[in-house]
Amino acid sequence: MARIQIITILVSFSFLFYIARLIIKGKLREEYSIVWLICTIILIIFSFWREGLDVMSNLFGVFVPANLVFTACIFVVLVYLLHLSVVSSKLQRQNKQLAQELALLKQQMNKADKNIDPKKTE
Amino acid sequence: MPAKLLIVVPCFNEEASLPALLPLLLSLKLPEGYQTEVAVVNDCSKDSTANIAQKHAVTLINLPVNLGIGGAVQSGLIYAQNNGFDLAVQVDGDGQHPPAELVKLLNAYEQTRANLVIGSRFIDKEGFQSSFTRRLGIGYFHWLNKLFTGQNIVDSTSGFRLFDANAIALAAQYYPDEYPEPESLVLFARKGLKIYETPVIMAHRQGGQTSIRNFTSLYYCIKVTLAMVFASIRKNR
Repeated sequence: MARIQIITILVSFSFLFYIARLIIKGKLREEYSIVWLICTIILIIFSFWREGLDVMSNLFGVFVPANLVFTACIFVVLVYLLHLSVVSSKLQRQNKQLAQELALLKQQMNKADKNIDPKKTE
Repeated sequence: MPAKLLIVVPCFNEEASLPALLPLLLSLKLPEGYQTEVAVVNDCSKDSTANIAQKHAVTLINLPVNLGIGGAVQSGLIYAQNNGFDLAVQVDGDGQHPPAELVKLLNAYEQTRANLVIGSRFIDKEGFQSSFTRRLGIGYFHWLNKLFTGQNIVDSTSGFRLFDANAIALAAQYYPDEYPEPESLVLFARKGLKIYETPVIMAHRQGGQTSIRNFTSLYYCIKVTLAMVFASIRKNR
């Protein structure tokens, strides 16, 4: 086994372990971890299967295998960034609804307070 | 039974103009048969906006985070919907919508029974006309609005608007956060609401900052154009 193979296998497995730890500690939600798990598993597969990259390059008709790696990585990153934008749009909408609801409830509460005790101003 | 009218005053750091604006709004002489309430929506101001509003007989809605003008107006409209108001009017906290002009909106509403009455700066060339670039932008949005709503609305960026119960219900459900005016017209037109424009005279801002500054105006154009395109092709939510 080549030295680079050992390094990538070690790095991939520690990454996998770190993702698992994040999920266990509740710092990463399962639905966002799927893409990370898949990516890591792909990395592990290609770390063991040395000829895999050449096979894939031939399959897609890419002359330089490294180009396939870069193209695939950039594509995955772009898609994931788009996904994050969708998530943040959703959070923004929910955040707005919560803020409005909270403000209206506080207003109602203040009004009820004043009705009970007219001397109180706040 | 008198019609219940809510005056929504969205405010973001408006301590300079509020002390003059609120007494004017509260002492406003409206035609017979209207019962008014003033709701100040404080969009998480950093200054004493909330304290000033508290000294007057107004309903104060304090947003815990800054939502932008659209979110603030929508909060007021949700309040109007929850409390059974028949009409709601947006009067900006910076004093550029003179309270006396509100009567013109009400008159136009009584004559036309339109779902949305817009106070326009441009039908009659009177009062504050804003800068050249701003007028250029408004001309562009006039054209864009014609394209998407099929209606001839000259001042689609005016925030001085009177909503009836139908428009309140629609806007409470969905109202854009940023630069909501042109986009919401597309939504209203698609829902078949009747929109009417009436001339009003607007004043220069009395304090604070406009939400549209020069370096953001290009962003404004792009964002609003996109929002209008997508609002016109989106399936009804």
